[in-house]
Amino acid sequence: MKIYYAPSHEYIKVDGNIGYIGISDYAQKALGNVVYVDMPEEGDEIAAGEDFGAIESVKAASDLIAPVSGTVVEVNEALADNPRLVNEDAMNNWIIKVEISDPAELDELLDEEAYAKLCEAEH
Amino acid sequence: MNRDFYSKLVFELSQPGRKGYKIPDNHLPVVTLPENLCRTSKLELPEADEPSVVRHYNNMSTNNFGVDTGFYPLGSCTMKYNPKINEEVASHPAFVSLHPATPDKAVQGALELYYTLQCALAEIGGMAEFTLNPYAGAHGELTGLLVIRAYHNSRGDFKRTKVIVPDSAHGTNPASAAVAGLDIIEVKSRPDGTVDVEDLKPLLDDTVAAVMMTNPNTLGIFEKNIPEISSLVHAAGALLYYDGANLNPMLGMARPGDMGFDVMHINLHKTFSTPHGGGGPGAGPVGVRAGLEQFLPNPRVVKNEDGSFSLITDDKALGSISAHLGNFAVEARALAYILSLGRQGLKEAGKLATLNANYVKESLKDVYCLPIEGVCKHEFVFDGLADKSTGVTTLNVAKRLLDHGYHAPTIYFPLLFHESLMIEPTETESLQTLDEFIAVMRDIAREASETPDVVKNAPLNTPISHPDDTEAALHPIVTYTELTEQ
Repeated sequence: MKIYYAPSHEYIKVDGNIGYIGISDYAQKALGNVVYVDMPEEGDEIAAGEDFGAIESVKAASDLIAPVSGTVVEVNEALADNPRLVNEDAMNNWIIKVEISDPAELDELLDEEAYAKLCEAEH
Repeated sequence: MNRDFYSKLVFELSQPGRKGYKIPDNHLPVVTLPENLCRTSKLELPEADEPSVVRHYNNMSTNNFGVDTGFYPLGSCTMKYNPKINEEVASHPAFVSLHPATPDKAVQGALELYYTLQCALAEIGGMAEFTLNPYAGAHGELTGLLVIRAYHNSRGDFKRTKVIVPDSAHGTNPASAAVAGLDIIEVKSRPDGTVDVEDLKPLLDDTVAAVMMTNPNTLGIFEKNIPEISSLVHAAGALLYYDGANLNPMLGMARPGDMGFDVMHINLHKTFSTPHGGGGPGAGPVGVRAGLEQFLPNPRVVKNEDGSFSLITDDKALGSISAHLGNFAVEARALAYILSLGRQGLKEAGKLATLNANYVKESLKDVYCLPIEGVCKHEFVFDGLADKSTGVTTLNVAKRLLDHGYHAPTIYFPLLFHESLMIEPTETESLQTLDEFIAVMRDIAREASETPDVVKNAPLNTPISHPDDTEAALHPIVTYTELTEQ
């Protein structure tokens, strides 16, 4: 699966027209211990650049910004009971699974290398 | 004091059958209540003797920390000392025994106090009129935004649904906008920490109701582009809102009204030395420029031609946003403060607050990371330690300060930096207090490099050392029953 990143620190792992969206490892470290993930519902539409939920840590609450537009086909229910999974393994504990409506939007996102550079610059 | 023993929960001090009282034999007949009036489960109250109960609560009370116990450099909160003369005025029998529903004629003194404070704040803020009714800063923000919405609606302009806030704003700004039913748009800061005017320009159109600004902003930096921002905002037909959380350094030196702000709030519990939070309720008066007075909430206090005062209610106004006239005792304290300092004294307060902040900043910037150089106003932000190699975080530094008897600064806000440590000394601290604090901060920085584990394990001297804040947020235990069931 190819991984893309948004400058707002969400990732999307793409498998055909399905994408798995979560927050990057860099983002989970910056947030600190996650205590709550506010997720949309299955069937909800998300729009690129707009928030689809929020993530709350002991430090702060931040909006989750959709890297692409699409329809939510599944939410990661495990995070409702145990939001710490985001800290344990952010890249494998995705938050929502979406059907991507416009794959061209992926071209606007950053690849692994460009994202690493962005994190380096922010640090 | 035996803190360990008496600071237990009062339920843990309980012994079956122990009583703090004895009722004398009164020879009255014993009455048995009907069964349907009797409880079926045990009445689970603690059973303890009076001395244990008194010691328990007295010990607990000494665990509190306030401006009366020590230096409290909590950034963005203006934890200045609360002069005792304020309490004397607020607890005057003529005020404390007033019933809020007493007719206007019988409470002329109280209405005069309200009106006098309203006028003083209007002069300080450069506004036409203030309402003192909101209960707190965020309540003031909400009231201000409702005034702005009422203004747009009165012109038949219903499409203005957005509020623009800078990315350095207090969290209450977007929260208040959301509660007022408005959408939030964020405007970016420039590397020097001020609002990026170029980023703001394309966001301004006929759907924007207001732009909220804090000046000086949460980094303690004065927003120099306010005149330009003001003309851009007004050209777009929107109003400019002033978050008065950081008014302290401006006192008597610059006025939001003169900068082009249309609506503002003031935190009396910050700038005007009334107690914060648990120390007593706050107050968030809202001021408006000329032409917006009619949208202020009901009731308003007006001065009549014969010098008397009346309460007026206007159907076209906002309606009521609080019971009666807000937190009256807080208003009495704020007026006592303003009158004790006078015009010249208030100017000195702002200057000293600025001097103190710059003194602490310059004395520590070689050992803590100062992301934005230059003169600050009443507060400033470090981005953690200069030496981050040992992994000691801002949280560790803040906890270590507790060991030295200081309240921690504001941490992890603003969100512009990863390790924000926001310090606001206020004007009420002596040079000796500041020097002592600087010495402790330098000691902690040295410890962080030489013996990092000492700082990482702090606090060592507090009644509670390392609560699991993640677990507490996830599964809070808030009653004794929950604790015993675990």
